[in-house]
This record gives sequence, structure tokens and C-alpha cells, in this order.
Amino acid sequence: MLKRWLQTITLTDVVVWAIGLIIGIAVIYGTISTLRADIYSTTQWIDLIIGGFKLGGIYALIALGYTLVYGILRMINFAHSEVFMSGPFTAVFLAKFLHAKGFYNSQPVISLLLITILSVGVSMGIALMLERIAYRPLRNAPRLVPLITAIGASFFLQYTFRGLYGNDLESYPTMKVLQGKLSLGIIQIQKADLIVIIAAFIMMMLLYIVVQYTKMGKAMRSVSEDKETAALMGIDVDKIIVSTFALGGASAGIAGILYVLIFNTAHFYMGFIPGLKAFTAAVLGGIGNVPGAWLGGMILGLLESLGPNLFLTGLGVPAVSQLKDAIAFTVLVLILIFRPTGLLGERLSKAKA
Amino acid sequence: MRNRLFVILSVLMIASMMLAGCGPAEEPYECTDTIGCVTVAPTDPVHIAYAMVIAGPDATLGIDSRNGAELAIDDKGGTVLDHSIRFDGEDDGCSAEGGQAAGTKLAADPTIVAVLGTSCSSALRVAMPLLSTAGFTVISASNTAVDLTLPGGENNHPGYLRTAHSDAFQGAAAAKFAIEYLMVTKAATIHDGSIYAEQLQQVFADEFVKLGGTITAQTAVDPNQTDMSSVLTDLATGSPELIYHPIFIQAGTQIIRQARQTTGLENTYLMGADGMFSPDVVEGAGDAVEGVFVSSPDFTAFGSSYNDKFLPAYEAKFGSAPLSIFHAHAYDAMNMVLACIENPSVTIKDEDGTLHIGRQALRDCMYATQNFAGLTGTLSCSEYGDCGAPVIAAYEYHAGEYPPEKVWP
Repeated sequence: MLKRWLQTITLTDVVVWAIGLIIGIAVIYGTISTLRADIYSTTQWIDLIIGGFKLGGIYALIALGYTLVYGILRMINFAHSEVFMSGPFTAVFLAKFLHAKGFYNSQPVISLLLITILSVGVSMGIALMLERIAYRPLRNAPRLVPLITAIGASFFLQYTFRGLYGNDLESYPTMKVLQGKLSLGIIQIQKADLIVIIAAFIMMMLLYIVVQYTKMGKAMRSVSEDKETAALMGIDVDKIIVSTFALGGASAGIAGILYVLIFNTAHFYMGFIPGLKAFTAAVLGGIGNVPGAWLGGMILGLLESLGPNLFLTGLGVPAVSQLKDAIAFTVLVLILIFRPTGLLGERLSKAKA
Repeated sequence: MRNRLFVILSVLMIASMMLAGCGPAEEPYECTDTIGCVTVAPTDPVHIAYAMVIAGPDATLGIDSRNGAELAIDDKGGTVLDHSIRFDGEDDGCSAEGGQAAGTKLAADPTIVAVLGTSCSSALRVAMPLLSTAGFTVISASNTAVDLTLPGGENNHPGYLRTAHSDAFQGAAAAKFAIEYLMVTKAATIHDGSIYAEQLQQVFADEFVKLGGTITAQTAVDPNQTDMSSVLTDLATGSPELIYHPIFIQAGTQIIRQARQTTGLENTYLMGADGMFSPDVVEGAGDAVEGVFVSSPDFTAFGSSYNDKFLPAYEAKFGSAPLSIFHAHAYDAMNMVLACIENPSVTIKDEDGTLHIGRQALRDCMYATQNFAGLTGTLSCSEYGDCGAPVIAAYEYHAGEYPPEKVWP
């Protein structure tokens, strides 16, 4: 057994392990020396962790759109970042209108609800149009074709929205009730952050339940297993694909509103970087897997937020936060080296085999 | 009879053509300029191009400058030496890539006499070698990076001038303001990788240390970054009393919002530079903008015609107050270019109205500008291209109010 295993090892494996080992040791050493140097206070660590959770939640919700579509169509919907952008970039005008009428701060809950409905509606509409116009005609084309189409659609949507709303940075008015901090024991948390974390968690649970336990979810999973067989069993494949896009669009629309609750600005290419990060999260968690998207999002958010300060400060690296993306993507590369299917990907591929 | 008349007429006609050909008045113009001339046919416009950021989140900077330059053209009645003025151009994207694209495109157009721009120093650094080789005179209203006019510097190219102040003044003024007015001794700086911000924060840091202060950290963010929690927490460990972040609107607004929420930075002063002098900052940062400082050219030092004539004209034409701060600098830049084009040592005008504009002569004339009465002050150009009259002031933002209030000096 051992002998056979030794025979299969190649030089590449050894190099890869060595790289992994070196990075692992650096991370552990950095973490220990950071903690021993006691540079950051407990409050600051808690702030960073909260920051990681809120980013992670948003990434997870966007990642869901990538993962659901990939699960069913085996294509990466690169235009999903624009589905995410379209909602909040449209809703900002409603928010400004409500603010001008004084309704925004006198009825914050209703306002937020209206804005969310608009955002979800627009994102969903864009996702459905994408599916109908850009992807459905290409469903049986080679895999590279819809991928390139998705990139084209992404640019098309970006510049369409730029044409519609202009290229200025649009800001959401400040919602007075969401200002300030809440104290939960020793934890001080921004009200907006708390809402984002809770809302993202609830949304993920709801979507999981939809995919796992409803009739539609079951149909979605069976289409993802095998389209032809699912069609033979009486499942309307087109309808299921449409509802998948609708579900992904809706979660992107909600993610968009959560995003602007924290960062409060919208512009035509706001989707690009969160989209890229969410795609990374989806791959990290195992693309095609719903809990994987959540796990990937959370890990990526925490890595970005905590990673530089935790791993690098102790190593004496100056201005550590500049390396946050480098850390996040190094971890991604490492995980993909050792688990090419992503963290929760294997279970899925076994089930499908 | 008819034949003879025909012969006589023909002879006369040929003779007149020969005489006309030899006549001194119609001798073709020969360009003696060392880097060539632009010939503008009698009915053609004089082409002045711009390379400014007119799209994307930093667009207000470029559009504002373009508006200022258009007003200068309007003041001239839209003509120079009886030719109409064609003013169009390219987006510099406020980035090196944008500068490359705009520079390549403009350099390929031989009708261009001069270029107004770029908006951002990072774009100029790449575009200027192209524009300089093409023989253009380039004058920027808003490039403030120090190295662009540094004597003998690799980024100081022939044909480049600016009406904006060099950041050698702005950074030093900010440091002086921090020590004198805010009375702080510990500061941290943030830049975004652009030449503008990188050099400005370095000038600030050097001057701040010289004046007796301590720099706790110098760090950078991505211009499109939205989450600043990691960088701000990192800065908080040095407990600075002031964070100097001379960056652009998008990332700058996020820093303002999130610094107030970061443990350890609740009461730290925040200060930006002229890149963040914009109504978008007030709108984007909301209540958090209260008490944030920015440095900028001192508008009260501008001549009286700025308030009396320029601002009303701006509002009448573009329907809003100025969007950013370099409109007056662009107005002056355009006027300087037009004044030099009108100079007989630069432009030869034929009787039929054809213009011959010497490219090197135009550059020489621009560099020789002395005591030019502009909106931003009395402008005199150095041989390296610095024409600005640098009077820097500090302004303080109040929530919901624009423009910010001048507090120093």
C-alpha cells in the first residue's frame, strides 16, 4: 500500500507540498507572534471578525447566484456581477426620492422594504432577460460559447446602466435609525452591520430550505443531476432553469441592498469586485453546492478582514492591509491545490458519479 | 477673326498665370519651425484637444476642467485669429491605461495644436512622451504631482506646462496646517497607488517630520476598495491624531465613513487634498463628513472677476455650481494657449486667412509667459513648466453643506 503510494508521487507533488508547508508555517508563526506582541486590543479583533462576517454574508449571497447556475447549466455566469449591480443602482433613485419626501427617515422599515423590493425586482428581471436572450439560444453550444457570451453580456449591462443612470457615484441617503452602535456584552457592533449579518444568514437558510426541501428545489437538483432524465420524469427543464436564474437574481438583489447598507454608494461597475470575490467564494466552497457558497463566502470574508492583521503583523510586514487580496487568493490557490473540487465539492461530485 | 481673339486671350491668360506664379505675395509659406508647423486652411477651425477624465467615479474632476476651458473659448467669442475653435478630446480615465489610450489617439491627429490635460498625473506620465514627440504643447489644469516639472526629472518632458500648483506646495501646506492649526504631533498617511497621492503623502510626511511631528504609518488602499476595516484597524494601533489621505472621491469617502466606526479612530482628525474637494464627498459620506478637512487652492485669493463674472457664467452655461476645483485653472490654461496662438511670433497668417502655427514657437511662447493676468492669480511660467500661483488653504466640511468652509490660513 505504502509502496504503491510512493510510486505515484511525482516531483510536482513534492514541490506543491513544500510550498504548502512553508506557507502553513509562515501563517502559524505569524499568528503566534502577532498574538504574543499584543498589538491589537480585543475590541479591535472583534471589529475585524464582525467585518469578516458582514463581507462574508454578502459574498455568500452573491456566490449563490454563481453556484446555482453552475449547478444546473455547468456554465459560469460572469454577468452575475451586473445582476448584483443593477438592483441597488436602480433602487438608489427610489431611496433619494423617498428621502426628499421625508418618508425615508420617518418610515425606515417601509422604505427599506420598498427599496429592497425594487432592487430584487430589477436584479431578477435582468437575470431572467440574460437567461432568455443571452443563454437559452446557446444552451447546446460548446461550453466556451456561453462563457464568452456571459463576459460580453457583463460589459453590455455595465455600459447600458452607465448610459441609463450616468457615470457618477450615487450615494444612498443616510438612514438615521441605522446609525450608531449597539452593545451586546463586550461586543460593540454597528446597527447596520448587525442587520446585514442577520439578514444574510436568514437569506442563506431560506435559500437552503428552498433548494433542499421544496418541490421546486427537488426539481432543480434533479435537473442539475441529469437534464435529459429529469425531462423524462416530467420536469419542465426550461421552467426550472428560469426559476434558478430568478432565485439567483433575487439573492443578488438582496445582497446589493445589504452591500449599500454598509458602503452606501452605487455606481455602474460596483459589481465587478464583489462579483469576482463571490465567484472565488463559490469556487472555494465547491461550485454547485449551496452550503459551500456560504462556507466559501464566510471564509473569504474572514480571511480578507482578519488575515493580513493576524498573519502578517507578527512577521513585521509594514502596511499589512495592502496584502489582503493576496492572502485571500493565496489561500484559494492552496485550497484548490489540495482540494481541486473546493471545500464541499467532493460530496457533490460523488453523489453525481 | 475669332481665331485671333482666341489666341490673344490664351496668351494673356497664360501670361497672367505665369505672373501670378512669380508674384511675391503668393509665395508658399515655408515652415522654419524646428519641430514643424500646423497649417490651418482658411475655413478650418483651430483644433485644441483635451485629455481629461470625463467618465467614471472621478469624472467631476475632468468635466469641471473642461467646462472652465469652454468658458474661456466663449469669452473669446469662440474664435481665434478669425478661425473657429474646435475643442474635443479623449477620456484619460484618471489612470495610466487611460493616459496611454488618450495619448496614442491624440498623438495620431496632426491637426491638434495644443492639448489641455491631463486630469490626473498618472495619466500624464504615460501620455506625455507620446504627446511631446508629436510636437504638441500640453498644459494641465489639475496635474499636481511633483515630478512632472522636476528639473531634469525623467517625467518632465518638453512641451509640458501646468497652471495647477505642484504638490510640493500642497503637501507642505497640509503639514503646516496640521502642526499649526490642528496642533497634532502624530499622523498617519494613506495613498491609493496613484502618483498624485503617493507623492503628496510623501511630501506631507517629510514636511511633518521636519516640523517636529511623528509619522506612525504610511499605507495604501486600492482606488476601488470599499472595505477599509483592515487598513484602519492597522492604522489605529499607532494611535495617530490625524490621518492624511490625499486620494480620490470613491475610496476617500469610504475612509471617512469607516474611520468614524473604527475602534481607536473615533476622534482622529481626517484630512484629504484637492482630489476630495467635491459635493460627491458630502453626499457619499453623509453625517461622517462633519469636521473632515481638505486642502485646496485658496479661492479667496482668486481675482474679483472669479466671483463677479466667472461663477455666474459657469452657472448660466452648465446649470450648476462648479463640480470640482480646477475650472479656473483650466480657464487660465485655455487663455494662455489662445494668447500664444495669437502671438505673431508663433502664428503667421496668410492673406487668405491660412494660419501657420509653429509648434516650437508655441512652446517657447508658453514657457516665456510672464505676469499673465489669470483668474487664479498672476501666472508666470518657469522653464520647466510650472505656471501656477500656489496659494493653498485648508477647508472644513460640514454635514450636508457644500462648499466646505475655509478655516486656514
